[in-house]
Amino acid sequence: MSVIQDVKTSAPAPGIRDRVRGFAGRHRSTTIIVMMALIGIVLPILAAFPPFTLFQTQIGWIDGFTNAGVFVLLAIGLNIVVGVAGLLDLGYAAFFAIGSYTYAYVASPFGNSILGIDVAATFGDAVGVVFWPMLIVGAFVAAVFGILLGAPTLRLRGDYLAIVTLGFGEIVPIVFREASTVTNGINGIGGVYRPWLPGVGTFSGVDPMPYYVTTVALVAIVLVFAYRLVESRIGRAWEAIREDELAAAANGINTVSTKLLAFALGASTAGIAGVLNTAKLTVVSPDQFTFTISFTVLAMVVLGGMGNFWGVAIGAFVIYTINNVILHSLNEFFHGLGVPVLQDIDFIQLQFLLYGIALVGMMLVRPEGLFPNSRRKRELHQAIDEPGEDENTLSEVTEEGGR
Amino acid sequence: MTDLLVADKVTRRFGGLVAVNEVDFTIPEGSIVSLIGPNGAGKTTFFNVLLGIIDPSSGSVEFGGRRMIARPRRIALESVVWVLPSAIVLLLGFLLEQAGVVGGFFVTAVIAIALLITTLLLAIIRPVWYQVGLTKLGIFRSARPNDMVAAGLGRTFQNIRLFKNMTALENVLIGMHSRMDANPADAFFSSPKARREETASDRRAQELLAFVGLRGVGNELAKNLPYGDQRRLEIARALASNPKLLLLDEPAAGMNPKETDDLMRLISRLRRDLKLTVLLIEHDMKLVMGISDRVTVLEAGRKISEGSPEEVRRDPRVIEAYLGKPVE
Amino acid sequence: MTAPAASADAPSARSFSSAGLVSVAQLAIVAVLLAGALLWMGPQQFVNALTLGAIYALIAIGYTLVYGIIELINFAHGDVFMVGTFLSLIFLTTLGFNGAITEPGLLALVLAGDFIFTMIALGLIGVLIERVAYRPLRNAPRLAPLITAIGVSFILQNAVQGVPPYFGFGPFNANSPQVFPTDWFVTLGNASIPVLSLFIIVTAVVMMIALQLFIGRTRIGRAMRSTALDRDAAALMGVNINRTIAITFLLGSALAGAAGVTFGLQYGVTNSGLGFNAGLKAFTAAVLGGIGNTVGAALGGFIIGFIEVGAAVAGLNRWSAAIVFGVLVIVLVFRPSGILGQQTGERA
Repeated sequence: MSVIQDVKTSAPAPGIRDRVRGFAGRHRSTTIIVMMALIGIVLPILAAFPPFTLFQTQIGWIDGFTNAGVFVLLAIGLNIVVGVAGLLDLGYAAFFAIGSYTYAYVASPFGNSILGIDVAATFGDAVGVVFWPMLIVGAFVAAVFGILLGAPTLRLRGDYLAIVTLGFGEIVPIVFREASTVTNGINGIGGVYRPWLPGVGTFSGVDPMPYYVTTVALVAIVLVFAYRLVESRIGRAWEAIREDELAAAANGINTVSTKLLAFALGASTAGIAGVLNTAKLTVVSPDQFTFTISFTVLAMVVLGGMGNFWGVAIGAFVIYTINNVILHSLNEFFHGLGVPVLQDIDFIQLQFLLYGIALVGMMLVRPEGLFPNSRRKRELHQAIDEPGEDENTLSEVTEEGGR
Repeated sequence: MTDLLVADKVTRRFGGLVAVNEVDFTIPEGSIVSLIGPNGAGKTTFFNVLLGIIDPSSGSVEFGGRRMIARPRRIALESVVWVLPSAIVLLLGFLLEQAGVVGGFFVTAVIAIALLITTLLLAIIRPVWYQVGLTKLGIFRSARPNDMVAAGLGRTFQNIRLFKNMTALENVLIGMHSRMDANPADAFFSSPKARREETASDRRAQELLAFVGLRGVGNELAKNLPYGDQRRLEIARALASNPKLLLLDEPAAGMNPKETDDLMRLISRLRRDLKLTVLLIEHDMKLVMGISDRVTVLEAGRKISEGSPEEVRRDPRVIEAYLGKPVE
Repeated sequence: MTAPAASADAPSARSFSSAGLVSVAQLAIVAVLLAGALLWMGPQQFVNALTLGAIYALIAIGYTLVYGIIELINFAHGDVFMVGTFLSLIFLTTLGFNGAITEPGLLALVLAGDFIFTMIALGLIGVLIERVAYRPLRNAPRLAPLITAIGVSFILQNAVQGVPPYFGFGPFNANSPQVFPTDWFVTLGNASIPVLSLFIIVTAVVMMIALQLFIGRTRIGRAMRSTALDRDAAALMGVNINRTIAITFLLGSALAGAAGVTFGLQYGVTNSGLGFNAGLKAFTAAVLGGIGNTVGAALGGFIIGFIEVGAAVAGLNRWSAAIVFGVLVIVLVFRPSGILGQQTGERA
């Protein structure tokens, strides 16, 4: 990018690793797309061989990868908010829910009857084609809710945002459950149309491949956008706010609108994930969006490495796979054994206890996550290496901010 | 010579303590003005009021001919402005529905929500015309630090506040933030405009680093720079926003005499080469007396003296403030 | 609307101040509101609101104490309260008290034992949480302790859920013995008020007054106040910061323990997911009253109690969480420093 970097990369006899790095730095988007394409091709092939086949069939794996992809999207979105801008959003599932319901309203008979439209009559067999524009609409609607929620709270200090989002995450499912005349309450909205694509037709409920390809493509696109944003002027502003809000404001950054943008973009990514997830499940109900979802995604971001998009994507993928494949298998295995004590252990239940322990342990031992972002790592360690220093700057913020 | 900044009877109370008491203060364009005073005289509080960090209890500040900072008036009314349009539309819809128009309420509800979102967004982005409109309604909100930067005010901090974990170059680029206008869409699609802007900013940042004497350290982490260089970097970052007025808060604090001399030359060059106006808060009398056109002295929140360095130096009140009353 | 404004808009009144002098007009307004509530919901529900409010107040004080001293929203506090309900349950069932005790002497003894056990045990749990999860991160970026707080919350919730069949409770509701007879009433005019409710309200108020005296009159209380105002200065003056913060957690958690005991007595049921909602509501109470202000937290607790019972009276009980959340957002928008919170900048 900069002159000096170019000088560095052309330094005498660079190793192959440096050369690859340099190329990846200059052609970030191409790199992401190539990487995602490779991953997209390799995963289904791997799933056809042991040890993967010990757990489930190849089809089962591809289906699982697709679901994991939804969580990868969620983690990337939350990473913009938590990892890059440093805002703690504990109600992230709410935006996932909003995206999901947005699609369900437009693409199901029940939803259509509420909205007073009939997309099935308009598009006939190809009704699933609405999925594609709805990805954008879902993102937009979720972003709007993000703005509505963030506008009053982002003026306040970070902790308030955390608790307000926590409340919001709790309230949104309640609203979807209790406002049953327009949401069908606890039963949710079923019969959601599957996506349709010319040449493929309506996606099948048996063959997960079309969903899989769609998910991989969406993850690639979102990753490209996320990286471009973070490396732009806006991404720099986010990082500045994270490091020192007062100094950021004193350098002309409108901290409120900048934080709001991060919040809205995070929400919109969750909206996209919601649309995709609903189109796959064909049903949406309030109990899909409990606090555990928000918490799981947060754990993915923290464990993966706040600020590093590849890190959180890998974190999300691994955690999802462990949860939903390996823990399930362990459960079945021990239940099958018939040993009294082991039979009582519910590994799915245990998973949240493990998340909790992992979050606390991670923050204490390795706050930068498994795949750290270098700058984030420096920040998080600064407090430990130079005790008291951060404390000083903090108290200054409160003092100087004596409005 | 016109006045770039005019502070009119600025007062700031903290509980019972009057930190700044009815201070009148002007900065003529193109001058170097210093603000001095013993510790606890209210210099930093005054400075923070000028910057929009603290609201004044009374009084106002004009900058570049525009009233920027004063006690907020009727800000509670602003939320009415956000809600009122959508409320009216909703009411209309309700009346329509009553009058028998089927679906009238639904349509207006959608419009109302859209309106509400628009007004909220406006309130967040606060374009100038929105603020002017509010002023016409008698609603006045004091400028925030970022508004002041946009209006042409740059600053440095008394205790250096660089973004320590960023490189020197990135620090300067952040200073440039308010002068760049690539929006998220540009970033998304990596538009030619955004790329051009990035390249141009990069070049300008390098130039600024060179200007303050930091050539070639662009990729160094800010926290790894020596102390004096950190001070220079902070000045470069402040310059990046193309300010008309540069506020330096104790720039020589902790510097040795040689570094102070270099700094003095740098400040003179700021005026000569960049046509900047400078406001300096400083303890180092050699620096203050050496480059200031005018010096203002604060003590216990009040302005006790003002004039050329020579006049101030001879003012008995100033001598008393610094040295105490002569023993009789 | 920038960062500094943000940090200042938020209440950072951290001196555990009690309310200033209230004017006659303010008292009159409160009296009118209370009378209106009494007329609208009837004496039974009025007492219910006070009881629920007392429980929220006890929890809210824990939030406010911790926030006041280290500016951390202790997300785990609601779950600490939940653990308190279970500790009380374990205490009573282990000693074999499964139903109402009508013998006053024995009842007093059992209740005293229950309160002491639960409060001390939970207080120690609070101290342990602070030691393990928050103290090492005291100088870390703000995000770090918030994340561990949420992690601790999840650990508590799932640990209680996972300590299964031994005590006879699993992931669902567990019955907590109502040792205080629920069929004792006092008759006031034409309304009969449960003695239990009066007991809870009085207990809560006594504890809050005791806390106020503790903070206001004792050396440790003074250390807490000075630490809240300026930690560095307090440390220079010889205050043992670590111990003071630990004591703050001890006090806050002990009060949550008291809330847990009373909750079990009043409702006879508990469950491991209880802490989430209770915590959210108590936090709202703390913000409503002005976070950092113990009297405000108590006041906020009672207000939330009235809002929730009022919602139930109006037939909206399933929406009560949503209503309380709405209140939280409105308070944050229009008066982030709360009812009794000091406007910042006023503390010189």
